[in-house]
Amino acid sequence: MMAPLFSSKLLLVLLFGTLFGLVLGVLPGLGPTTGGALILPFTMTLDPLSAIILLTSIYCAGTYGGAITAVLINTPGTPAAAATCLDGYPLAQKGEAGRALGMATVSSTVGGIFSVIVLVFFAPILANLAYEFGQPEYFALAIFGLTMLASIGDGSPIKNLIAGAFGILISTVGKDFMTSIDRFTYGINELSVGIGFIPVVVGLFAISEMLTQSTLLDQVFKRVALKAVKLPTKDDYKKTWKTILRSSGIGSFIGVLPAEGGTVASLIGYSEAKRFSKNPEEFGKGSVEGIAGAEAANNAATGGAMVPTLALGIPGSATTAVILTGLIIHGVRPGPDLFKEQPEFLYGIFGAMLVANVLFFIFGFFGAKLFARITLVPNKILWPMIFAVSVCGTYSLSQSIIDVWIMLFFGVLGFFMRRYGFSVVPVIIGLILGELVEGTLRQSIVIFDGNWLMFLTRPIALTFFILSLIALVFPLIRSKKIKKKYDQV
Amino acid sequence: MNNVRDKKRANKSLPFFFRTEFKVFFTIILVSTILLISTFSFDTVPPILNRGIQPATFPKGLLVLMIVLTSIIYYLSFRRPWKKEKNLPKPFFLTIISFVLFIVISKTLDFFLAISVLSIFVSYNWGERRVFYLLLVSIIFPLVVFIFFEMVLGLRFPPGIITNLYYY
Repeated sequence: MMAPLFSSKLLLVLLFGTLFGLVLGVLPGLGPTTGGALILPFTMTLDPLSAIILLTSIYCAGTYGGAITAVLINTPGTPAAAATCLDGYPLAQKGEAGRALGMATVSSTVGGIFSVIVLVFFAPILANLAYEFGQPEYFALAIFGLTMLASIGDGSPIKNLIAGAFGILISTVGKDFMTSIDRFTYGINELSVGIGFIPVVVGLFAISEMLTQSTLLDQVFKRVALKAVKLPTKDDYKKTWKTILRSSGIGSFIGVLPAEGGTVASLIGYSEAKRFSKNPEEFGKGSVEGIAGAEAANNAATGGAMVPTLALGIPGSATTAVILTGLIIHGVRPGPDLFKEQPEFLYGIFGAMLVANVLFFIFGFFGAKLFARITLVPNKILWPMIFAVSVCGTYSLSQSIIDVWIMLFFGVLGFFMRRYGFSVVPVIIGLILGELVEGTLRQSIVIFDGNWLMFLTRPIALTFFILSLIALVFPLIRSKKIKKKYDQV
Repeated sequence: MNNVRDKKRANKSLPFFFRTEFKVFFTIILVSTILLISTFSFDTVPPILNRGIQPATFPKGLLVLMIVLTSIIYYLSFRRPWKKEKNLPKPFFLTIISFVLFIVISKTLDFFLAISVLSIFVSYNWGERRVFYLLLVSIIFPLVVFIFFEMVLGLRFPPGIITNLYYY
């Protein structure tokens, strides 16, 4: 598994990716998704394996990096670290920031490594299953992936579905791939090749975040001093080993589900840690179990989310959607054939994720104090620089100024979407899955000779449709239950 | 608790066309309808060549779905109005203006000049007053980016009054 990594170039890429990921994770508003989107155009100069290793190491380290800011300034560096704030910051306020970060580092590493093991075992199994899939099954699977968007984050399920449908709609811009008929091009030649992933991803994540930051300039962070990160004590290990293992399992499972990711995983990991704890009353006041539960789960989701991404080409989270974009622009088609034809490529990715988890443990343990200082870079200097990189990166891909306009358009659109409660993640996932959904639907209709009911005669497709129905209904029931509880309070 | 909720949802007291949910609903429906109408002008494939569905059918279905789902969220907002968002601060509008400036300058004068102008404009309006940092974001950093893209990645930027000095 590690053999493909024994090259100085790949190790350098891995080292850079881990450090860069940590920096991104530490900076509130950036994170591995935005950072991955920013670095995507630069990966074009790398070979496919180096490019994906760079993106995956950013993913692993960035997910952990969010915990540093969560503990020290009570602001999650990434959304996945939101649950870490609940106990990390109170513990830091008690003068135990080093202990809180030590627990976050250890549980993140264990969660991350656990999920890589899950990835190594389950991705090939899932890929083998995918051999049974024809066009109707892929269509049903893509629909399942899209309906899972309904339960992303804490937003409204219907708003998420609208955003997902909008993402698919963007994928229809340009020449129809079956008939070469122009759609939504309005006479603009550049649009006939369609709207690229990168302008949309950079716009929705980086530029919209820049606009969001422009509304938060009066925000003041209260920083807790950190002397050094401390390894958890024997007592802490005794208290938390079950929580870490449980959350690693939960995180990996949630990660495998299409479209779910670290944010959902960490919230469930945290609440389950509280439910099983002997001292639930300590939660929210600086419980190490709370930190362990959230951090093990969000890092375990990284490997889990890579399972459907690599085995089926269905992104498991927002960042894996960016990684999937990276695979596509490098001409790598995820799916069962990838496992058969390029096993060394896959094992390179698995090995890189494993090493990235070890590297961020070392960097986190010895460099958390330094990384925490990165948050001192003021937004008024940081964001104009990010803008310059975003513009040049977007332009560089096809050397088209139209791409830069598209990026700015999606930046403004993304800002307003977020302001009014629409997540931007479904747009990206919809854009990525759009061609798959339309292509498989149209080919299935040809196979079925126009008889839509034939979908129900395919057991795998039928199973996915039933799962899709559950995925649609479940968030509605959940939000009703939450509302009922809220009203009772 | 109820007082807090009522305060948060003060949006309800406004006339319906001023409410956030109506504005969002109206915008999505308007844009979707315009796009839906435009799908009727897509070319069609002759029946003999048509396998499956026409190219316009899939986008039409998506747009109808978006209109239906938007109507549902608007209907639900009658029972549970959205919370009122804070007014957008001045730096936000200035950042939007800087985007417009960027587009105009990059189209007429120079791509890198546009980046420099945007950087200094944003940095200054976000509160930076130190000359060194303003020079850093507007000249030094864009220059580093230019050199990196030009020399390391071998990219050629669009011609303009500043880039031409380098290219010619």
